[in-house]
Amino acid sequence: MMEWLGQFNYYVFAILMTAGVYIAMSRGNLVKKVVGLNIFQASVFLLYISSGKIWGGTAPILGDGLTQPISNPLPHVLILTAIVVGIATTSIGLALIVRIKEAYGTVEEDEIAEAEALYEEELMRAEEA
Amino acid sequence: MSTAASAGFSLMANLPALQVVVPMVAAPICTFLRFRNGPWAFALLVSAATFWISANLLMQVLGGDVISYEMGGWAPPFGIEYRVDTINAFVLLIVSGISLIALPYALRSVEREVPRDKHHLFYAGWLLCLCGMLGITITGDAFNIFVFLEISSLSTYMLLASGRDPRALTAAFQYLVLGTLGATFILIGVGLLYIMTGTLNIADLAERLGPVSDTTSVRAAAAFLTVGIALKFALFPAHFWLPNGYAYSPSAVGVFLSATATKVSIYVLLRFQFTVFGEIPAFADLDFATLLLPFAVVAFLVGSTVAIFQTDLKRLLAWSSIAQIGYMVAGIGLGGVDGLTAGIVHLFNHAITKAALFMAAGAFFLRVGSMHIDRLAGIGKTMPFTTLAFVLSGLSLIGVPTTVGFISKWYLILAALQHGTAGYAIAAMVLASSLLAVMYVWRIVEVAYFRDPAANQEITEAPLSMLLPLWALTIGCFYFGLETGYSVDIARAAAQSLLGVTP
Amino acid sequence: MSIETHIQLALLIPIIGLVGIVLTGRIPNLREAVTLVTATANAINVWSIFPAIQAGARPSVTLFELLPGLTINFTVEPLGMMFAAIASTLWIVNSIYSIGYMRGNKETSQTRFYACFALSISAAIGIAFAGNLLTLFIFYEILTLSTYPLVTHKGTEDAKRGGRTYLGILIATSIGLQLPAIIWTWNLTGTLDFVPGGTLTGKVQGLSAGLLLALYMYGVGKAALMPIHKWLPAAMVAPTPVSALLHAVAVVKAGVFTVIKIIVYVFGLELITTESATNWLIYAAAITLTLASLIAMNQDNLKRRLAYSTVSQLSYVILGAALGTAMGVVGGGMHIAMHAAGKITLFFCAGAIYVALHKTEISDMKGIGRIMPVTMFCFMIGALSVIGIPPLGGSWSKFLLMVGAADAGFQFIIGVLILSSLLNVAYLMPIPLRGFMLRPPGAGDGPVKVQEAPLACLIAICITAALTVVLFFMAQEIFDFLLPITMTGGGQ
Repeated sequence: MMEWLGQFNYYVFAILMTAGVYIAMSRGNLVKKVVGLNIFQASVFLLYISSGKIWGGTAPILGDGLTQPISNPLPHVLILTAIVVGIATTSIGLALIVRIKEAYGTVEEDEIAEAEALYEEELMRAEEA
Repeated sequence: MSTAASAGFSLMANLPALQVVVPMVAAPICTFLRFRNGPWAFALLVSAATFWISANLLMQVLGGDVISYEMGGWAPPFGIEYRVDTINAFVLLIVSGISLIALPYALRSVEREVPRDKHHLFYAGWLLCLCGMLGITITGDAFNIFVFLEISSLSTYMLLASGRDPRALTAAFQYLVLGTLGATFILIGVGLLYIMTGTLNIADLAERLGPVSDTTSVRAAAAFLTVGIALKFALFPAHFWLPNGYAYSPSAVGVFLSATATKVSIYVLLRFQFTVFGEIPAFADLDFATLLLPFAVVAFLVGSTVAIFQTDLKRLLAWSSIAQIGYMVAGIGLGGVDGLTAGIVHLFNHAITKAALFMAAGAFFLRVGSMHIDRLAGIGKTMPFTTLAFVLSGLSLIGVPTTVGFISKWYLILAALQHGTAGYAIAAMVLASSLLAVMYVWRIVEVAYFRDPAANQEITEAPLSMLLPLWALTIGCFYFGLETGYSVDIARAAAQSLLGVTP
Repeated sequence: MSIETHIQLALLIPIIGLVGIVLTGRIPNLREAVTLVTATANAINVWSIFPAIQAGARPSVTLFELLPGLTINFTVEPLGMMFAAIASTLWIVNSIYSIGYMRGNKETSQTRFYACFALSISAAIGIAFAGNLLTLFIFYEILTLSTYPLVTHKGTEDAKRGGRTYLGILIATSIGLQLPAIIWTWNLTGTLDFVPGGTLTGKVQGLSAGLLLALYMYGVGKAALMPIHKWLPAAMVAPTPVSALLHAVAVVKAGVFTVIKIIVYVFGLELITTESATNWLIYAAAITLTLASLIAMNQDNLKRRLAYSTVSQLSYVILGAALGTAMGVVGGGMHIAMHAAGKITLFFCAGAIYVALHKTEISDMKGIGRIMPVTMFCFMIGALSVIGIPPLGGSWSKFLLMVGAADAGFQFIIGVLILSSLLNVAYLMPIPLRGFMLRPPGAGDGPVKVQEAPLACLIAICITAALTVVLFFMAQEIFDFLLPITMTGGGQ
């Protein structure tokens, strides 16, 4: 039982990761795909941050009288970077979605495929003319 | 240099940092340059500087030395270490060299295919992409690889979507989803390794993994890393974004990315596979690169086959790229000095070959305004120099002796033949795939030379700014196919150092 | 100039000629002059290497070393010398003929025609002088590619279909079979060089030896061993000078030359004669030469009949090499020269008939000897040489092949050769006989008006016909020249 609790963070990570990947792969709506990616990334953030946690640990602020164990700050720092990357990815993803919407008038994957086929047909007709 | 030296700053000693910092700092500056051709000239200048740096770095490590540079003065394994050895110096040179040769070409292509008010952003993205790829290659820190990977990926999404064709947008988005999945997988892998060892430095990782190597966590880390990296370099079946991405983005982007992006990811695979996991006995029977072998074989067979049936020239080339990635991975998967040499030398060989082909395709696009193969009828008469360069580079793609493509395939087949019956089968499939390459290159030759041009077309030869880089690469395809001293020797040295074999 | 320079020049002169042809493309007279001058210079240059080879020298030039042990190397030995001499000499004659034919027929894209012709001659010389399998393979492929535009010269759907068959079969066999064989050889021996006595002795035996030989023999599609012969009739859509190039000067000769080269310098005659698993080639060649003769009899189109005749004649050469005896190999090698002279005459005549009368079917050629007496007379000489009747060249090589077969203990081959000669008579002789004996249809009883081909064509035809006679008297010299290749030391 205690062992299960001790690995609690990993289970949360696994569940969130699977959910995120599933959403990103299976949803037809592009915005939902981006949301899925976000959940997926967040799960990894949790994996890192929780791995640096020590029961009873304190913040690693150097100074006199630091007797308690401290949490590892490095994963936190790393994840700060990763969060920034995640935000950038999301914003580029959304920007692309906006332009896709402008071009095809939809953000649903199957409808985009149809619109793309139409576009290609039009191109072919233009080529022949 | 005297003023710099007196200020306590030695240019030569800081080359590894400058390799990444120069393009990184240049990118935001580029966004302020809004006058005509300004961003382009600036990017070209920066690219020349990075090329000079990587050439210098390669010179320094060719003797077998390893440069270890401490970022910000923090000693590894605590600080970030930049580490240059033969193999990544070679990759650095490929990346910065292709950027330098693709930029003169980009001028006319971008003028036509990217809206004028976006040029400064386009070249800023280019420089960021360059910075990311150089960073991935030069860094000796596993987490740093992830960061630079994302820098290059984010700018790649942007470059892919910077053209006018809406089909590139969906391709860029598909790549965004796949690329983010891949990068996050890499992040998970790196995280698991960090949890098990407490270090992120690659050299340090390799040492500390020993005691804990036979654990599920490390196996899982290796699996996550391998899959994540494979997603990044578009190994079959994660390739579907690539044909549309390369085909419908501006021509210059296709040139730059086809020659560099996948190569860098392959380098990362080599790094993890051999430097990090290479020494671990527990992995002797579970080698992830070998597991990729079937995918690689399917990649080059399917890639070559589908390429034959394409009606769009750039898509044809993109499908051929999928096949070529298969060759590289196959070489790595086969292993041994010959196999790795095949994989590494093909990084270089395919870079110059495919860059030349995409350049020719882009020149056709500039003049004809279409990539439909039927529209290229008689192009051999109207654009003789471009077409000839295309055909000659196409020979290299097939792997005709005296071209670089032959050298790669020769080593690949030699490596395959060392693996008994399965190896014979792989060698046979490599040959079969070459035969398919003959067919798709020949289709273009037939259209270009043996059909008459449409009467109402006014097509002239490509501009000199496109022809010169194109011909430089085409000649390179033959020069390095005849004088293999440079490429093969470096690749062989790199393979030996990865395997820890003394020459 | 040193011999090495001559060797490099032999490859370079046709290329220089090509540039000159392209540059002077706008002025036909100048362009043809460039072709003729280049061809002559090339022939003089190639022949200037001859005395040294005859004296036993084996000059060698290495241009590049691709990888350790893998070089682009040219080494001249008697067989290659002979092939280069044939190709470069016949190029002159063929150029004269081409001028008459192409102008007489008012063909288009003549610049491309002459340019590709020059390129294929360079490739043929590259094959002839190749010092290892890799070099040979490269020039073999260049030859295939440079002749494709010639085969599809007419640009019609028919021509394209024929061209695609031509290219498809030759490329597919060379990459699919020949290249694996080369890699296999490298894997076995670590060298691709042509070494007198062969490199494979002791490295391969039994079934593997037979299989490797099969990969080579069917991989050299240009040798047209059945069933890989379809490309040859398919290529008959080409203009006649091209057919002459394919059949006599370069392409098929390159094929059988490669066959001899591989058997003599890679397998080694010792391996071929002692290893019974390689004997299948003798039967395959015997079957091909008989079957092809039978098929030739049923062809009404003159060029197709000649094409099948070529398939059959090529197998004489393969047969000689497969026998592995000195007489067989020399006979095979000599047959390259003899058949070249005979067959080029026949094709020139076929082309002359087409230019003058636009006739392609044999059934339409009754009495043609009275309309075109010179052409038909030369045709008869060429036919007699191919059949092998003294005093014409073809008789010697057939005689040597029979001696070779007897030496090797394959007496039935003598029977096959005699049968084939009879078949040759049956499908070749009716053409001149009906041409001279019958009267042309609709000509009435009066004298028939002579209507010969252009003068340039006639000159070329007479030269090659005379050559078949000259070769008969040169047989001893050719024999002495070629004999060293069968010795393990290469006769140096």
